[in-house]
Amino acid sequence: MGQNGAGKTTLVKHFNGLLKPSKGRVLIDGIDTRHVSVATLARKVGFVFQNPDHQLFSETVEDEVSFALKNFGFDEKTISERVEKVLNILDLTHYRKSSPFMLSGGERKRVALASVLSWDPKILILDEPTIGQDSYQKERLRQFIMQLNQQGKTVIIVTHDVEFVTECEPRIILMKNGRIIADGDAREILTDPNLVSEASLVLPEITQVFMRLNDYGFPRNVIGVYEAKRLILERLSGGFMR
Amino acid sequence: MAIIRASNLTYTYPFAEKPAFKNVNLEIERGEFVLLTGPSGCGKTTLCRCFNGLIPHFYGGTLEGEIIVAGLKPSEHAIYEMAQHVGFVFQNPENQLFALTVEKDVAFGLENLGLPRDEIRRRVDWALKVTGIYDLKDRAPFELSGGQQQRVAIASVLAMQPEIIVLDEPTSFLDPLSAKSILEVIHRLNRELNITVILVEHRLDLAARYASRVIVMDEGQIILDEEPRKAFLEEKTKMVGVGIPKVVRLYLLLREDGINLSRVPLSPDEAAESIVEVLESDRG
Ligand SMILES: Nc1ncnc2c1ncn2[C@@H]1O[C@H](COP(=O)(O)OP(=O)(O)OP(=O)(O)O)[C@@H](O)[C@H]1O
Ligand SMILES: Nc1ncnc2c1ncn2[C@@H]1O[C@H](COP(=O)(O)OP(=O)(O)O)[C@@H](O)[C@H]1O
Ligand SMILES: [Mg+2]
Ligand SMILES: [Mg+2]
Repeated sequence: MGQNGAGKTTLVKHFNGLLKPSKGRVLIDGIDTRHVSVATLARKVGFVFQNPDHQLFSETVEDEVSFALKNFGFDEKTISERVEKVLNILDLTHYRKSSPFMLSGGERKRVALASVLSWDPKILILDEPTIGQDSYQKERLRQFIMQLNQQGKTVIIVTHDVEFVTECEPRIILMKNGRIIADGDAREILTDPNLVSEASLVLPEITQVFMRLNDYGFPRNVIGVYEAKRLILERLSGGFMR
Repeated sequence: MAIIRASNLTYTYPFAEKPAFKNVNLEIERGEFVLLTGPSGCGKTTLCRCFNGLIPHFYGGTLEGEIIVAGLKPSEHAIYEMAQHVGFVFQNPENQLFALTVEKDVAFGLENLGLPRDEIRRRVDWALKVTGIYDLKDRAPFELSGGQQQRVAIASVLAMQPEIIVLDEPTSFLDPLSAKSILEVIHRLNRELNITVILVEHRLDLAARYASRVIVMDEGQIILDEEPRKAFLEEKTKMVGVGIPKVVRLYLLLREDGINLSRVPLSPDEAAESIVEVLESDRG
């Protein structure tokens, strides 16, 4: 996470070899990205671009999603199963025969996600995956990403969506002016007002509420709605009226 | 008289099987700040494309019913004419940038209005500053980060100070602090210059507090048109997957347990205030 222009996209483009470092090196699973092609790395590292239009080119959604699978040499049956599954997960089944260019912005973003998720890479890099998504789609996406992560996949998300992040509670790396300025768990980073403003973020809504309740003895590092409710209820049931 | 008025408006893209939206009736008065939201693909962008004539001029298709924007019928005026009344920030900022430098991009529309030199200079500088890209003014728009490009697109529209500003998910690429400060600038333009604002957003946490009215669309229809505090309590809003702000979620969760905050909060400040009231009265 971090300021516009901080270097997030530039950095993650190094993880699948799209960009090569002018100094230093990037190792992916022990392989130096300078010594392999993007195509070789792609099997391992799936990358969804910030702007889906940089990624989509096929005539139908179905072709788009099966393109990489064909290239990687999967058999017909596997391809059709995978396509079916991923279209379903991203709520795109009814668009399978549509042109990606005739879809809405949020739908195009989901096609871009589908086309990468279909080949099940070990490492997933998602640049702003929640753009254009309503809260229902975001929640589906979140559950799917969490599931992949539990299966042992490495997931790297670039995002400005603070509230989405509070629901995932990942490790967070903050960038500013081309440098990493913090690296820690979500609760610790997102409730640190100095870090948050230095990285041009805002505190989560619930954290902002609890910062203002500090005089009443509430903790400052609250990020979720359910813990917020619990804390307030606890306080009240100990009170005079109940 | 309403600055935007749509009656029985129905639109179908070329070759599409069904309309992208159907029988939309809508009146927006001058000076309103409208938040337009609804599930991905429900027709928000399509509706906005009718406000500045991109539909029908650019997209073709069939537009039925009637629409009048700033006293004009968009179908009878060229897109550049409509652009003098309606500023439009696209969902994808890249589609909107064309000049060789950021500064030229922002100045382009103003030069076409035939304003005096120093007025152009003043407005361009102001727009570059409020969107935080003054230092990038000599850079090429295509060599900027996603969020920087989005700021250029927003600056170009703000500089024009048109009667109506339509912003289609303008904060999607912006870092949260910039999103907040840019929305505040837009809110100020709305109040001080009485500019009508139509903001398409999913992240209501950021936008709810500025809106005077929330319109929710679903499957090509307007299903709700309310002031924000009421809109977020409606069952319909939740059903179609509109993400209500976290502070409203907290309000609803507390209500389930019989704790009634004095009003539906639209910002953390409002939420904290109401919670303090409850705590104080609990203490007796
Ligand atoms: N194609 C390009 N050519 C030259 N410079 C670029 C290019 N793309 C980005 N930059 C510059 O590199 C720096 C880092 O950009 P990058 O796209 O990595 O930022 P980011 O952190 O992803 O920002 P955002 O949140 O806006 O997407 C910025 O100063 C930007 O202007
Ligand atoms: N250029 C286009 N051609 C054909 N159909 C389109 C085009 N743009 C959008 N659509 C379709 O119109 C519907 C509404 O899309 P859109 O207005 O972009 O949705 P929203 O902005 O609410 O996400 C969707 O079903 C989408 O697939
Ligand atoms: Mg980026
Ligand atoms: Mg849209």
